[in-house]
Amino acid sequence: MISFDTVTKTYAKGTRPALDAVTLEVERGEFVFVVGQSGSGKSTLLRLAIREERATSGQVHVSGRDLRTLPDRKVPHLRREIGTVFQDFRLLPAKTVFENVAFALQVIGKSRAVIRQTVPETLRIVGLDGKEKRLPHQLSGGEQQRVAIARAIVNKPTILLADEPTGNLDPDTSRGIVALLERINRSGTTVVMATHDAGIVDNFRKRVVRLAEGKVVSDVGGGDYGASVGSVVPDTGMPGSGMPSGSDTPTRTMKLPRLGRRAPDQEAPPPVSEGTDEAGRHTE
Amino acid sequence: MKLSFVLGELAAGLRRNLSMAVSVVLVTMISMYLLGLGLLAARQVDTMKDYWYDRVQVSIFLCVEGSQYPACGGKATTADQREQIRKQLEQMKPPVKDVYYESQAEAFKRFKEQFKNSPLAEQATERAFADSFRVSLTDAGRYDVITSSFDGAPGVGRVQDQKLLLDKFFTFMNVVSWAAIALSGLMVLCAVLLMATTIRQTAFSRRRETTIMRLVGASNATIQTPFVMETVVASLLGSGLAMGLLYATVRYGVEGYLSRALLDTAFIGLSDVLAITPWILGGVTALAVLTSWFTLRRYLRV
Repeated sequence: MISFDTVTKTYAKGTRPALDAVTLEVERGEFVFVVGQSGSGKSTLLRLAIREERATSGQVHVSGRDLRTLPDRKVPHLRREIGTVFQDFRLLPAKTVFENVAFALQVIGKSRAVIRQTVPETLRIVGLDGKEKRLPHQLSGGEQQRVAIARAIVNKPTILLADEPTGNLDPDTSRGIVALLERINRSGTTVVMATHDAGIVDNFRKRVVRLAEGKVVSDVGGGDYGASVGSVVPDTGMPGSGMPSGSDTPTRTMKLPRLGRRAPDQEAPPPVSEGTDEAGRHTE
Repeated sequence: MKLSFVLGELAAGLRRNLSMAVSVVLVTMISMYLLGLGLLAARQVDTMKDYWYDRVQVSIFLCVEGSQYPACGGKATTADQREQIRKQLEQMKPPVKDVYYESQAEAFKRFKEQFKNSPLAEQATERAFADSFRVSLTDAGRYDVITSSFDGAPGVGRVQDQKLLLDKFFTFMNVVSWAAIALSGLMVLCAVLLMATTIRQTAFSRRRETTIMRLVGASNATIQTPFVMETVVASLLGSGLAMGLLYATVRYGVEGYLSRALLDTAFIGLSDVLAITPWILGGVTALAVLTSWFTLRRYLRV
């Protein structure tokens, strides 16, 4: 679904690359956490996948498209297959919940009939039915993020990219948001979520790809946040991380300089479970 | 992209950015009014040229007693010489259209008639006038044929072309109209810069919207059309007002006043305003589209 082959991205000449020879494969239907400190390259990874940026070298393939050769005029079609969610929600303050979600369909030319049918459906999925007429400032942070998620999935994308979607939310709300992403994932959408929220990562037992200084330093299935001995410095003082970080379980990890194809991460344990021992799955 | 959606966004955009939209409207209006005046002045010159060149004559002044013309050598033209000139002129049709003989007395009378309100008429004496052939031409530009044939011929005092006098006037009028056009060129430059600034400012204030549009895969056309449309609508509104002002100027200023005050001159009319309207509206639209296109390429990353 998404594949990076020795991708390097350098923003300005002479500076350290934001991504340094990253090779990564995300299969259809997978749920992947991308973790790492600020500046480790998480956002760059996501920006490359939607062609916000172009790789300096290496190849990026997303849903069968070679992004290096994809002409500019076809980029919108790529983005229609990818939903994106951000830390700052990015809602339009003057539009209602319904209008914010409908906007995503209007600007790609969907008919009013389609909009009238799809938007309420999507709002139901994210748990916002009954709040269609609210304005963003009348909603809590978690609800605003649900609007943003509704907007991201309303066109039924095959991939959902989330860049620190819980960065502005408290731990309970964060878990609710990630549980929603997990539900969306179960319906077949590939989800890649960049985060540095240890509590969330530990809770959901998904594949964890750790970046440090632009390099993949570990990649484990069903891992937790601390599952990354390879990382240089452990993150400290994560916002919203009210849970104990998983640094007491360092043994499950392996440093993976390069990773081949992986089997899709099928069933995840329910969010509340703790210390599943299914961890450590990985292939060379 | 649905039309109703585009129109709704367009109206919202213009409302939100009302002061900028108004300034684009006004600056476009003034620049297009000036440009229109310049173009109309140029058409006025053409109209007058058509009118006057039809009436313009070449005068062949003959010698009379006491003539000031050096070519006369102080001698009056003889009847033979006069007949010779007339015959020669008759043979030159065309380009000669008509030949009319005006005697010294007739010339004096006509002068007094024309300047009856002026003190000049009382001071003038018949001796200051001369017999002349008034020659009208099929093509006012061919006056050199007459000059080369008659200048210095026996009995001819001087060949004078009225067109030369008119041309001085027309040159002046041309300078005036070109100055107006040049001035309006500066105003058009102002309008273009203002449009660009407005678009840049709008693109900045709407970057959240355009970012979202980009992320959900809206096409470039969808993202850029509202900006282009806003600029086109504002500048078309401005030039529409300018055309209204020009219409009023010609209707009340030229047709209502000037052409009644100066009966013996041809003036432009409303048809001339109509003739330049499509050019101005088309030009403004092209300018607005080009300006927004260039500005968006720079300030709206897609």
